[in-house]
Amino acid sequence: MPSRKSLIIGLVLCLAGAPLIYRQFSPADEEVAQHTGLPGQEGGPAQPAGALPATVSDSGPETQLLKIFAEIEANRLGAALQLTEALLRQYPNYRLAHLIKGDLLLARARPIDAFGAASDAPADKVADLRAEALVRLKAYRERPEDNFVPRYLLQMQPDQRFAVVVDTQRSRLYLYENDRANGGRPRFVADYYVTQGKLGADKYVEGDKKTPIGVYHVTANLPRQKLADLYGSGAFPINYPNEWDRQQGRGGSGIWLHGTPSDTFARPPKASDGCVVLTNQDLDAVAKNLQVGLTPVIISPSVEWLSLDDWTKERDELNATIDTWRQDWESRDTERYLKHYSPRFKAGGQDFAAFASQKRQVNAGKEWIKVRTDNLSVFRNPGKDEVVVVTFDQDYRSNNLTNRMKKRQYWQRENGKWKIIYEGSA
Amino acid sequence: MTIKSLAQPRFQQLKTLRALTIGLAIGFAAPAFADNLPEVQRLIKQGQYPQALEKVDVYLNSRPKDAQGRFLKGLIFTEMNKPTEAIAIFTRLSEDYPELPEPYNNLAVLYAQQRQYDKARTALEMAIRTHPSYAIAYENLGDVYAKLASQAYDKALQLDSSNAATQNKLALIRDLITTSGKGNVKPTATVAAAPAPVAAAPAKPAPAPAPSASIVTTTPGAAAQPLAAPTPAPAPQAPKLAESKPTPEAAPAPAPTAKAKTGDDEVLKAVNAWASAWERKDMKAYLGAYAADFKTPRGMSRKDWEAERTKRIAGKGGKISVQIDGPEVALNGDSATVKFRQHYKAPGLSSSASKSMVLVRSGNRWLIKEENAR
Repeated sequence: MPSRKSLIIGLVLCLAGAPLIYRQFSPADEEVAQHTGLPGQEGGPAQPAGALPATVSDSGPETQLLKIFAEIEANRLGAALQLTEALLRQYPNYRLAHLIKGDLLLARARPIDAFGAASDAPADKVADLRAEALVRLKAYRERPEDNFVPRYLLQMQPDQRFAVVVDTQRSRLYLYENDRANGGRPRFVADYYVTQGKLGADKYVEGDKKTPIGVYHVTANLPRQKLADLYGSGAFPINYPNEWDRQQGRGGSGIWLHGTPSDTFARPPKASDGCVVLTNQDLDAVAKNLQVGLTPVIISPSVEWLSLDDWTKERDELNATIDTWRQDWESRDTERYLKHYSPRFKAGGQDFAAFASQKRQVNAGKEWIKVRTDNLSVFRNPGKDEVVVVTFDQDYRSNNLTNRMKKRQYWQRENGKWKIIYEGSA
Repeated sequence: MTIKSLAQPRFQQLKTLRALTIGLAIGFAAPAFADNLPEVQRLIKQGQYPQALEKVDVYLNSRPKDAQGRFLKGLIFTEMNKPTEAIAIFTRLSEDYPELPEPYNNLAVLYAQQRQYDKARTALEMAIRTHPSYAIAYENLGDVYAKLASQAYDKALQLDSSNAATQNKLALIRDLITTSGKGNVKPTATVAAAPAPVAAAPAKPAPAPAPSASIVTTTPGAAAQPLAAPTPAPAPQAPKLAESKPTPEAAPAPAPTAKAKTGDDEVLKAVNAWASAWERKDMKAYLGAYAADFKTPRGMSRKDWEAERTKRIAGKGGKISVQIDGPEVALNGDSATVKFRQHYKAPGLSSSASKSMVLVRSGNRWLIKEENAR
């Protein structure tokens, strides 16, 4: 009976790409790495042993799925079934594991030729589980290297202990720690499988079932008791739409990070109305590190990674630019100060002309100005436009006015120079 | 123990577990009691369970350990729809005689009826561990795997199959069997001495060449075997298990071995040569009868399969007899399907089972591509 062979072919074909997992040095790996902007793997296995701290995601199902598929590839279906059953003891509601178990059992009863071989299996549900298997294995294999960081985390403010970066194409959430002992460089902590909107990313209007792309932060912590079962073990709303979204006419609301309903361990990669959904155990692990009003949540269609050298360069350049803006403000040379603003600047109902004339008028009455920018954070906005989000506690003093505020600016690179295109209180 | 057929079978191959094993002809040391059990079996056949129970209890009073008596008692409880009692008996029997596959198999049937497929699976795997060639257990295990797969799919895909496939579909297989010559079992001298309740004995029942074992075999209704042409008239698929008891079928017409219709001669010749190589334990000829792309059972590698066959055939002491009974050939170009009843006898085991093979033409030879017990 050809059962086993059929199963293997089915799984391997359907999980096209998954077998690569077992071949660390295949050229295909490098191709994938280049295309996605991931650090290359020419050095072989990505992480030197011990380079990373033990992470929560190591306890997720990825390692076990990987072993299961390795056993299937090696034609050890009995071992694969045992591992699958062990996985189910750990996560009894894990639908993907149930599907694999079904295939492995059915293969013993008759030949099967496809992943999800149940005779009346709804194709969409099988496709969802297959997609989950693929993204989980791919993300696991392509975990970020220790000396590469997401480009977006240029500078975290000192009290931001962690940052969340979501890659929607990879269905992955990366948790980074603000390593203040090392100059605030982001240190990888863990990564988790996530679900995004049914129709993908780049939200534009209410009801489009998409997950927004941008720089956000956690605005609240809604405990499980206050939530419907759909949200699982907790929910953390984020500030979509932010100032920049509104300016671009983006709408919608109610974008949360949240958990999973009780009838399933995980949801398919694309299933929410725009929220970012984690398994309950992962949400609980992440939640411990979230600070309401502080923790950045940056959602990207495809995370860009920088080597530490490049990251340092980019960060220094921006910090210098911001500090020049500050000094130019203190100089009371209004034209020099205004050079930092884009002609397309808009904020609080003012365009650049109105803003400029107001500044000229105000500065005329100043004998001295002192500006401090404390708790500075600089996050690059994902997307093809080069935009960074700068937030700080502004301490403004002058001969006739003293003002403290939390300010947020959006800088955009125009003709090679960073210019402010929005600013306002945060 | 009503078995409904599926309105909409999710797994077409779902046959079903059958409480098949009826025989269990373990030798009887004391002839004084020997005829009590046939009486019990006769009562079971007639559906007189309370009387059968009474008799078997009397029998067991003096021989509380007797495997055959306990086995029949378990069977009676099964027929009386007392699964708890039946499970208790078969469980203890499997503990006392771990080498016997039948108690495990029947336990599995009972568990499957209660939809405890995990337990059924464990029991069947035990049956196969004790008797790797126990075809019924394989078939039942296939059904149990399919049920477990179905349950897993339900969980994976949120299907609601609670209405479909809730009951097993009956497919008759019977047969019976066995016992190793080990353990507490005393060999009977010949197959004929065993209380086979059914006449469908292998063609040459008399001189069982097994010096050390007792075997028997009953081939209760060879139903659901419409393929084995000259075999007993198929009993209609019974909706009730009770009806699937062995019936005193006419013995299979001892079809003149593989003498067949014209045109199929070459194929039959190949099958007979295969059987003959098996009997002679000529592994080269035996393995050479299989095509290079032969579908090995359970997806074993060819190498493992050959090793297993070699161990089972060449490694077996004593004489092996393989008879091909009532072969039917369906020729289709360079491929042929042959269905027949295979009577197998060797020390420690005799069986009689329907088999189908697919042969393919390779040059001037016909080679076996598939071989399935049916």
